[in-house]
Amino acid sequence: MSPKKTYERPIIKKLESNMPNKFGMRTIYEPVTHVEGHAVKDLIRDHGSPVFVISEKKIRKNYRAAKQAFETRYPKVQFAWSYKTNYLDAVCKIYHQEGSWAEVVSGFEYDKAIRNGVEGSKIIFNGPDKSEADLRKAVTNNSLIHIDHLDELYLLQDIAKNSKQRPKVAIRVNLDTGIFPMWDRFGFNYENGQAWDALNKIMFSGQMDLVGLHTHIGTFMLSAGAYAVAASKLAHLAQSVLAKYNHEIKYIDMGGGFASKNTLKGSFLPGSDISPSIDDFAEAITSALMNSDYRPKTPPLLIIESGRALIDDAAWLLGSVLANKRLSDGRRSTILDIGVNILFTAFWYDHKITPAQAFTSYTEDTALYGPLCMNIDVVRESINMPLLNKGDQVVVHHVGAYNMTQWMQFITLRPKVLLIDEYGKLHVIRNNETLSTLTDLEAVPPHLVHFEL
Amino acid sequence: MKVKNNIAVSENGFIFNPGSGESFTVNPVGLEMLNHLRKGLSHSEIIAAMQASYNVEADNAERDLLDFIEMMRQYRLMQHDDE
Repeated sequence: MSPKKTYERPIIKKLESNMPNKFGMRTIYEPVTHVEGHAVKDLIRDHGSPVFVISEKKIRKNYRAAKQAFETRYPKVQFAWSYKTNYLDAVCKIYHQEGSWAEVVSGFEYDKAIRNGVEGSKIIFNGPDKSEADLRKAVTNNSLIHIDHLDELYLLQDIAKNSKQRPKVAIRVNLDTGIFPMWDRFGFNYENGQAWDALNKIMFSGQMDLVGLHTHIGTFMLSAGAYAVAASKLAHLAQSVLAKYNHEIKYIDMGGGFASKNTLKGSFLPGSDISPSIDDFAEAITSALMNSDYRPKTPPLLIIESGRALIDDAAWLLGSVLANKRLSDGRRSTILDIGVNILFTAFWYDHKITPAQAFTSYTEDTALYGPLCMNIDVVRESINMPLLNKGDQVVVHHVGAYNMTQWMQFITLRPKVLLIDEYGKLHVIRNNETLSTLTDLEAVPPHLVHFEL
Repeated sequence: MKVKNNIAVSENGFIFNPGSGESFTVNPVGLEMLNHLRKGLSHSEIIAAMQASYNVEADNAERDLLDFIEMMRQYRLMQHDDE
């Protein structure tokens, strides 16, 4: 008796005779059965589905490549790890081991950086929400406080006056770099004079040390040239301060926002083809700074707060197929145990998703949905996928940035996060949540304890 | 419901509907189900035949067969028994 054949679900596909795609792109699928030498099926068997997996080797490689890109072009460069991008302690500590300072945007993130062992003077405190207590702590710790608005500036002046301490400050500057949308909600505007006004206030107060200028022109920037414009404008501000007050700005912080290789929704070409490389960003920024008219005795330190571009491709999300369904219009839909609750970036990106086991050459246009009983839970609206069966496993690529910070405890619990170290050893760096993770925070008033149904 | 009589099906899964001029492809499992349907086998007979050839549970085979027939219907490749 001959052995039975491997089953895959039947499909019928209409042959269309449309115009051929002039870019000649086609969907090439190779199963991704292993991540950094670990079998996907073993990782899911041992740690559950879904599960995040992060590569320490890839993080370090990305960091070193970025550092080299800037340091070969400019004499003084300092990276500061953007905590909001991924503030798992283990991840932050990899960047700190590599020499990265911490860039935080809340009191919570500030405390996390201190807890991780970062010296106060190597923490950059950004963002519009810094309480008086946060600011007092940051002033005492000699942290670099990037002032976002005038209310914060006045509050810092009060703190300085009352505490007899001199806060080390920079201002965040928003400016027109020729791109849309222009980010003007954070910091002081360059073009209308707000930024210069704030700098004058700081210099005239005599109570704070103006040490830097900061900008962060946007997110997922696909134009390196915009950074050149921003760097030139900051250098001009620095030169104006030098000319008027004979005061040297010690650092220029260009923020982050460098695009990763993910593909934005609506983009015709994949991110891997259109995102500038880290060298492109480095070239634009350093050239602009060196060609600027800012001429201090010592060149200012260049601070880079890149997050996404350094970690996005260093993490994967492994999951499983829960079910297949047919939609009313005939389209196939596949339900995964990965939803927007843990893959928040599915709102912005068309993530690359690959089956984790062998499959045939047959594919079907498929809508990929998450497990949530909510209409918004769409992982991919339309993707040409091989035929997946219930229980099959998938790998979502480039999930390192923002997913492990913006994930939601919504409808279901959050999964484990694993780290594969440089020697291939596996570590659990965040455990999966349990019911008690949540209920421990709750309290039921006595009159609500009992009920009968 | 049965497969339209005038549908041409090749050995490697190419389907031509002379009534509409439309062409389709099916994968090997789909081709086998289609051939069973054209021979007039009942659903349970087809499921049994699929289980004889493939590693598949009856529930899965039935679900996929019904889905396949529905897609054939949407592509106007099926006709009512009295047509």
